[in-house]
Amino acid sequence: MTLQRAASITGIAETKVGKVPELTGTELYADATVRAVADAGIALEDVDGLISGNARFESYLYHADMLAEYLNIHPAHALNVTTGGSTTGQMLGHAAMLVATGQCRNVVVVMADKLATGVDRSAVVESMATIGHPQFESPYGPMIPALYALFAQRYQWQYDIDPAHIAEVAVVDRYHASLGDAAQYREPLTVDDVLSSRVIADPIHLLECSPVSDAGAAIVVSAPDVEGPHRPVHLLGYGEARSFEHVSAAPVMHETVAGTSARIALEMAGVTLDDIDVAMIYDAFAFIMCMQLEDIGFCEKGAGGEFVAAGNTRLGGSLPTNTHGGVLSHSHAGRPSSLFLITEAVQQLRGTCGARQVDGAELALVHTEGGIIASHCTAILGAA
Amino acid sequence: MSKEATSAVLTQIDEFLEGCRHGELLIQRCETCGRAQFYPRTYCGGCHGRSLRWEAASGAGTVYSFTVVRRAPSAAFADRVPYVLAIVELAEGPRLMSTVVDIDPGEVEIGMPVTLGFEGRGGDAPLPVFRREGAA
Repeated sequence: MTLQRAASITGIAETKVGKVPELTGTELYADATVRAVADAGIALEDVDGLISGNARFESYLYHADMLAEYLNIHPAHALNVTTGGSTTGQMLGHAAMLVATGQCRNVVVVMADKLATGVDRSAVVESMATIGHPQFESPYGPMIPALYALFAQRYQWQYDIDPAHIAEVAVVDRYHASLGDAAQYREPLTVDDVLSSRVIADPIHLLECSPVSDAGAAIVVSAPDVEGPHRPVHLLGYGEARSFEHVSAAPVMHETVAGTSARIALEMAGVTLDDIDVAMIYDAFAFIMCMQLEDIGFCEKGAGGEFVAAGNTRLGGSLPTNTHGGVLSHSHAGRPSSLFLITEAVQQLRGTCGARQVDGAELALVHTEGGIIASHCTAILGAA
Repeated sequence: MSKEATSAVLTQIDEFLEGCRHGELLIQRCETCGRAQFYPRTYCGGCHGRSLRWEAASGAGTVYSFTVVRRAPSAAFADRVPYVLAIVELAEGPRLMSTVVDIDPGEVEIGMPVTLGFEGRGGDAPLPVFRREGAA
């Protein structure tokens, strides 16, 4: 059994992102679910699998069961998943497995959170400090940007990376964001703007960090014979890889295992990196775009910055990447961010991206990472 | 955490902290395969044997990576910013998270030789910190 063509994404929905004070976290989940199901052309009663996970500050013991109850639906299968940033990437894989084995015909994958208006800024900052081994790391005052910075520092030292090339990632993301009307931040940025923004934890600048957002999204993963109103988007390949949990246990800090998950996915799909028309790569921090482009194999190790600076990831370049603005400009509500990589890839393959459209896009690579670039998940999506 | 939840890991934490009180950074050495590891576990990460003994690290290490935290992650660290957050590679091989003290953060470099010290950080025992080799 393989996941190649075992499932397709028949429906998607995105909530408004940025500041959404008028809806609670649960209401964002419900909104995204109902609209994704409608987008798939099915009824809520047809949903026989539901995969979700807790919003950081609005948690329930069994989130998916709570959401099913809220909507008064009764899917046979419900699963609560949380693996950090790669959460919804892995949810897609598990939804496909439910469909591939015949357990389900229509699985909803949904994730939302309200880091902007759902909680005090200081609580969000403090929650970023709860990452880290309680005995061996926390006493030294780690927080998420500083933990990423430990990788950035080693990586940039190892390959003598030009900081302007890292900054370009944020510039390209912001340019893409400006082409649509959904992203939270759409005002154009220059490399100078990025490098003159405040240093959060050396060498990472403020504008190289993702924003704090309210956001929610959902997709419907269906059996291949489920016909929705849209051009079907097939899951062609899927892979995962992981290498550590705590930063102090990372075996190396200049590269990730993104290449391992990508290799598995590409092999399953029977395609090569050259066949990819559009890439969606999780970039909660600018430098990890460069690192993951290298590790996945789109360019040589150490050349990710040059690859971006040369315009390859910009619309019109050899590998348009993160056409929705990336995690850096579109939104970052935590776990939902990876789902927007998927919904944008689906829109690219449906041909509905408007000014952000990659002409003739037929194959997309969606790569997400969780923890501190520790767990990796790659999906290859293809249009019919 | 209840008494029932006290596990071998917590027991090892107690021994580790006792070492800290005596000015020793205790790492584990596998008696079967010779591999050194930190943080302490009940199994060797190399051969998965259980014959592990404590070994006091020499105290020598190098900065594998570091950053300078400029915004306090919580009130507890407000007085310390800007401070160094580092990954130190011990001469014996294992790495650990720590800090480099008594130095201008701008002078810390990857590869810089450092030596072990201990500093109170609000817990039951002082914890490992590092200073530039040669510093007082």
